[in-house]
Amino acid sequence: MVAEQTRTRDAAIERLLLVCEIEEFLFAEAELLDQHHYSEWLDLFTEDAHYFMPIRRNVKYGEQDRESTSDETDVSWFDEGKGTLAGRVRQLATGYHWAEEPQSRTTHMVTNVQIVDAGPQEVSVRSRFLVYRNRLMDETDFFVGKREDVLRRDGDSWKIARRKILLDQKVLLAKNVTVFF
Amino acid sequence: MAAIDGLSSLVDLENGTISREVFVNEEIYRQEQEQIFARAWLFIGHESQIPNRGDFFISRMGEESVILTRDRRNKIHVFLNTCRHRGMKVCRYDAGNTQTFSCPYHGWTYDIDGRLVGVPNVQEAYDDRFDRSQWGLIEVPQMENYKGSIWATWDKGAPPFLDYIGDYKVYLDTLFDGYDGREGGAEVLDGVHIWRMPCNWKFPATTFGGDAAHAISHRSTLVAAYGPQGEGDRHGARQDAPQTRYEIGMPDLGHGCHIHMHSKDEPYTPTWQTMPNVEDYFRSAWESRQAKMIGNLYFEVGAATVFPNASWASGIRRTMAVWHPHGPQMTEAWRFYLVDKTTPPEARDALRRYHMRYSGPAGMTEQDDMENWNYASAASKGTIARRYPYNYQMRLGVEPVPDVPLPGFVSPILAEQNQRYRFKRWLEFMESPSWDEIYPKAVTAVGRQNGR
Ligand code: FES
Ligand SMILES: [Fe+2]
Repeated sequence: MVAEQTRTRDAAIERLLLVCEIEEFLFAEAELLDQHHYSEWLDLFTEDAHYFMPIRRNVKYGEQDRESTSDETDVSWFDEGKGTLAGRVRQLATGYHWAEEPQSRTTHMVTNVQIVDAGPQEVSVRSRFLVYRNRLMDETDFFVGKREDVLRRDGDSWKIARRKILLDQKVLLAKNVTVFF
Repeated sequence: MAAIDGLSSLVDLENGTISREVFVNEEIYRQEQEQIFARAWLFIGHESQIPNRGDFFISRMGEESVILTRDRRNKIHVFLNTCRHRGMKVCRYDAGNTQTFSCPYHGWTYDIDGRLVGVPNVQEAYDDRFDRSQWGLIEVPQMENYKGSIWATWDKGAPPFLDYIGDYKVYLDTLFDGYDGREGGAEVLDGVHIWRMPCNWKFPATTFGGDAAHAISHRSTLVAAYGPQGEGDRHGARQDAPQTRYEIGMPDLGHGCHIHMHSKDEPYTPTWQTMPNVEDYFRSAWESRQAKMIGNLYFEVGAATVFPNASWASGIRRTMAVWHPHGPQMTEAWRFYLVDKTTPPEARDALRRYHMRYSGPAGMTEQDDMENWNYASAASKGTIARRYPYNYQMRLGVEPVPDVPLPGFVSPILAEQNQRYRFKRWLEFMESPSWDEIYPKAVTAVGRQNGR
């Protein structure tokens, strides 16, 4: 009986430790973005990473499977790998990418971190984000939504192997998307 | 200010200046809704978006929501998305398949062909005197399916679509015809980019209408290096290949573009080097197109606008972007991406990804456009700023390039002639009470039947 309780307790602690570890990783990632350390941010992705942000659709009740554009056939806001993310990072560092020159001020809030599935090498993680962007004088945007990540073990840290970003907007209310999520 | 009366003094094409009022004034904006958006032919969508009977797709004309449908008899319609009873939006889904649109407010029900087919308690409540045939959905008086693309106008006196585009057709065809030169056969990829940009709608429409000089704003894309082959310049080697570029303006129609000319014996320029199958597909498409060519010319359109607000490009960036007015300082953009129906999956996937990294609000090229349009609009609003017109004097008085067998006014690249023609047409629309004064000069048989 006592042994059983200890086992349950140990498992719970294991799980909590994993949640803490993942949260720390995600918070550190947000920190890199808000400090505009984009190359370091890019290093957090695996070589085969998939970064995907579908367009949302208004659908009938019961047709929720059609609610987002597909990463196999459709046009989305983003659907790319590390190569094009790297292009974006290079562009941000030119000093004449006018959409981000001067740089926007951003704050990435990451909350509701949930481990959906934990394997020996990979964990599936859900979270919510609120990204605040303010640029020049008074231009302000809020991007709010959900993320579904697959993180892969990399030594004593993690890498992002998949990221699906569900922005809770149908019509994008920002004039452009120059921030990462 | 007396915007409505003094328009011609605001658009001075002889001296190449246009008042900022045209871009910021509220009254002018309201007048544009009446004079331009309620009369001109507007792009709605593509038949591939409603392939089956009962399919619908929500689009927009100017400030208003419209429904594109395919009825049970396979006929395509465009309706205003509003209930005839008290105005409720009858369809709030983006797309789908249905028999009817049932209004959530008081339950009036419309068939997908627009007829009002159901009114609750119609006998008791209306004493049997209700004539349902008078209360169907409001339908556009003219619609055109041009090679699969759907266009409509709210004006039954407007010229037929073919007169409206006139000789510009040869340019527009490069958007709706296949990569291999076959007629039609395009389809729109699922997923339409819709977003809001704080700028007057004429900024994007004019930039796309052939402002080749703005390419400099995309300088950072050289470093981003995301060309079609996945690296290099945003256009790949294509743009550097020896070729001639022109700006085209349609003096009487207001449409414009800039083009890259190719000759019949020009070899294919390698484009998708890292994807051999995709490269083979486009090489063979190029060869079949050349074999079909009549005369010695072929061109790709780098950027273009059908007056007033349908912008597009052809070649490997086949897209249509519609700039809907959403207030004097706000535009709602709708961007559609096209491929051939027969494009094999691998090439389709390569195009899809190229579109996404190039175009739209997250596109590495277009992000910078939006910054420019946003702050150009904002910095033109002030009392003092409005006193100073914009400059459209580049190559003012330019002669057309001689001996180019292409329709419209052909100017060398980097002229603003096509933009001046665009505003000439804008002024004609804004000032003319009827089509009589501004009817296109070259008229088709249909146009002649209409009494012109
Ligand atoms: S508004 Fe549609 S039924 Fe009343
Ligand atoms: Fe541009």
